[in-house]
Amino acid sequence: MIKLRLLLALTATVIAIHSAPAAAESIVLASTTSVEGSGLLARILPQFTAKTGITVNVVAQGTGKALDTARRGDADLLLVHDPEAEAQFMGEGHGIARRQIAWNDFVIVGPAADPAHVRGGHDSVAALKAIAAARATFVSRGDNSGTNAAELRLWKIAGLTPDMTKEKWYRDIGGGMGQALNAASAMDAYTLTDRGTWLSFDNKGSLVIAIEGDVRLINRYDVIELNPQKHAGAKLALAKVFANWLVSPEGQQAIGAYQVNGEKLFNPSADAPR
Amino acid sequence: MVGELGEFLRIVEISIGVSLAATAIAAAVSLPMGAALAIFPFRGRRLLVVLTNAFFGLPPVVVGLVLYLALSRSGPLGFLQLLYTPQAMVIAQAILAAPIMTALIHRASERAWARYGDELICDGASRLQAVPQILRIIRADLLTATLAGFGRTISEVGAVILVGGNIRGLTRTMTTAIALQTSQGELSLALALGAVLIGISISISATVFALAGSARTAGSDEA
Repeated sequence: MIKLRLLLALTATVIAIHSAPAAAESIVLASTTSVEGSGLLARILPQFTAKTGITVNVVAQGTGKALDTARRGDADLLLVHDPEAEAQFMGEGHGIARRQIAWNDFVIVGPAADPAHVRGGHDSVAALKAIAAARATFVSRGDNSGTNAAELRLWKIAGLTPDMTKEKWYRDIGGGMGQALNAASAMDAYTLTDRGTWLSFDNKGSLVIAIEGDVRLINRYDVIELNPQKHAGAKLALAKVFANWLVSPEGQQAIGAYQVNGEKLFNPSADAPR
Repeated sequence: MVGELGEFLRIVEISIGVSLAATAIAAAVSLPMGAALAIFPFRGRRLLVVLTNAFFGLPPVVVGLVLYLALSRSGPLGFLQLLYTPQAMVIAQAILAAPIMTALIHRASERAWARYGDELICDGASRLQAVPQILRIIRADLLTATLAGFGRTISEVGAVILVGGNIRGLTRTMTTAIALQTSQGELSLALALGAVLIGISISISATVFALAGSARTAGSDEA
């Protein structure tokens, strides 16, 4: 009896998978991991799909990889957060329109024991200098993501370029934000994270926010529409509908309404700073 | 993010559906191929057997990467528009499962052919006609091979995350969901999903064995 039911269930799933969403109207959105990992997209997409009938298939990657995915023609729209890499992408002629949809900030988190004595400060660059001087363990994404790029810019401003082949305290893990936080939590290390992922992250261990509120830690999220001359195969009209919705009052309201444990993760770009 | 039952069931459904489809495709290739490798003598057969066995250890992430580049819109198979679809995951998993199944079936077929080969030929069967005969003789081993192939596919994460993209509700499987939960620090949820994955694997194996129980007692005493 149970056997039979199991077999029937299996058969049903095989049939289901093959008749699965024909998805007449769907786009592929290559996004940074933070908008997916923080749960933002899972919250706002149903609202958009209910209104327009367009399904947004999110492939969450670091910003560097997402831009490459779009360059190769495998995405219809981009949602990323690395101003320099984005400018390069636009300069290459891959994108036609780039609009800010939201912002929040990066924070430096570290072990509560605070071996580098930086906790409570607001100067990210001074903090990195102190961490390097104390040779306190620091986890780097090392994955060419927007957060990784922001981290490397801060090291550059600090006049330091930690080389993981020589510096044992600098750990390049080559992974996503969550992996970096898991690693930092396990190693009692400092790391740079976007606030959205940090707030929704559930394995903080002894990690606490060490540095926040530095203007250099502002984190902007942009939606980029692709150039039809380079990406004729992409579903650019549908992508535009979603991009327009993100910056519309309705989309902005949805972004601003997303909270985890009573804290707002993303500020709509209608609010300053831009 | 797997909080809702509906979403969870969809993940299980995608996992099982993709793995079953991949195993079925791999079986369609591996069954005749494994038997033929034992039955037909030809130049390069040894090499093919060695390669098949070597591909046991085919790194999924490499298969995923090569397939990703091939299926990319700017790749040679881009016109198929298969990247980031369940179909792409089926292809990747079939490629991973086929060598395992072929090698296991070849091994069993070789033993059966050594024992019954002359008999079959004497009865007037051509080597081609002997293929289904041998497969019938080793039917218990076909089960083992198929389950091995299914095990490879349902537990795989490296290839499906590359070609599937871990898209919610479309290409998110149990393994990629576990990777995602882990990256969100939801370790207990990830572990619970892992337990369900193991449970499903066990139930499927048990069901297949139970259903094939009679075939097993009646079949291939020589295995």
